[in-house]
Amino acid sequence: MEMPYFPGCTLYRKAENLDASTRSSLAALGVKLIELPRWTCCGAVVPLARDNYMGMVAAARILADAAKMGKTLATVCSFCYNVLKQVNYVMQRDPEARQKLNNYLEEGYRGEVRVIHALEICRQNPSLRAAKDRGSGYLRGLKVACYYGCTLLRPAAVALDDAENPAVMEEMVAVLGAEAVAYPLRTACCGSYQVLHEGALVAQKVREIIASASAAGAEVIITSCPLCQFNLDWWQERFSREDGGFRPVPVLYFTQLLGMALGVPPGDLGLERHLVDPRPLLSGAPL
Amino acid sequence: MPESLIPIYIMGKRYEVPEGLTIMKALEWAGYQLIRGCGCRGGFCGACATVYRVPGNFRLQVGLACQTPVTPHMNLVQMPFFPANKAIYDLDKVGSPLETLLQLYPEITRCLGCNTCTSVCPQKLQPMYYVAAALRGDFARAAELSFDCIMCGLCAARCPAQLAPYNIAIFVRRYYSKHMRPKPKHLIERVAEIRAGRYDQALSELAAASEEELKKLYVNREFEKL
Repeated sequence: MEMPYFPGCTLYRKAENLDASTRSSLAALGVKLIELPRWTCCGAVVPLARDNYMGMVAAARILADAAKMGKTLATVCSFCYNVLKQVNYVMQRDPEARQKLNNYLEEGYRGEVRVIHALEICRQNPSLRAAKDRGSGYLRGLKVACYYGCTLLRPAAVALDDAENPAVMEEMVAVLGAEAVAYPLRTACCGSYQVLHEGALVAQKVREIIASASAAGAEVIITSCPLCQFNLDWWQERFSREDGGFRPVPVLYFTQLLGMALGVPPGDLGLERHLVDPRPLLSGAPL
Repeated sequence: MPESLIPIYIMGKRYEVPEGLTIMKALEWAGYQLIRGCGCRGGFCGACATVYRVPGNFRLQVGLACQTPVTPHMNLVQMPFFPANKAIYDLDKVGSPLETLLQLYPEITRCLGCNTCTSVCPQKLQPMYYVAAALRGDFARAAELSFDCIMCGLCAARCPAQLAPYNIAIFVRRYYSKHMRPKPKHLIERVAEIRAGRYDQALSELAAASEEELKKLYVNREFEKL
């Protein structure tokens, strides 16, 4: 099955391994992602004022272009997912915004594309059940903390799962033979863009999230957000340098874990790009 | 046959000019002497970008003055130059290309994707998409999409985020050509031949030739086969 795909800017540079592992692991599930032939930045943050139409132009154009390719648009970066889905929501529900944006773009888009996250593709995929066997137990018993952060779940209108008690990542982890640990801070904010000017605040958030996951016995954390991954990874590497007693928890993209379970060649997963090296932990797997 | 004159408006002033002229010839016919804003007169150099509107159409239209015929009631002004942020850099000292791009032209992150640049490009390029590709570090794509840019400056004139897309693009193409593309073997060989003096004698002969001889040589010159 082919599906139009919006990678997003970050996946071209800092998070190339999220892009590569998403494409390869979904291919292993029989879903071929077809990158949109032309695309721009989605805007990265959605305007909070509903009449800030200019801030929604890029996402609306991307959606209108996707509508010419199919009924769905796949994405995996949590921020892109959030922006595309929120703007799509506006195009579906807000007649005035829809008219303004279509008038400007010279399109007739009405929100008919379904923005779908790679986690949702996995949830629907019949091949995923079979993956348990193909995984040959690399992940058996691995204790995984699923970290959602904000943008997959908030606001509730665009959440890809129950915004208060999501389960989509935990279900996937269980199917793969690993064990999802329960910990309270899995939907907490990592501090996000505050890292640019309030580093200490983000450091504190990261300490809390890691402590919460570690207390539940997590050996690895998974996420779909390049910024969550960066914040959790970068600060942990720094804590480790400053404090020999700090025990970092590797932070992977869920697609990397999925790819390992599905037998994707390790070279296609980019595990070596993380600051807290996950490879020693996963040495049982053929990396 | 009597000449058929049509009205056009140059900077708001009405002139009657012969039908069939290009904008550039019409400007000169109307009495303007062009010492800037005209270059090759062949549609390549990008010096004579012009913006115009015609009655009944709200859209701003663009063209190169040397290539675009006048039409009745065309309301035009030349936009041969537009001030643009132009960074200085040494390609041999560029580290990370994307980080350098963000340092040289930090305004690139202000792009909201309005696509005004694309609507104003006389080359029918898509500056928004090459800016987007550059911003995500896809220099190969940005270089490809901007290859036919003639640097006329109209995109910079219109950009609400105040980018100069064409200067961004030329940094990308320079970096891409110097550091990312495979080195062309034939070029290296040709430069070596020139350095070794292969064309010195021919050049001296040209320099010493009379005007008559030069004219004859020019008329009989070899054309590159397409």
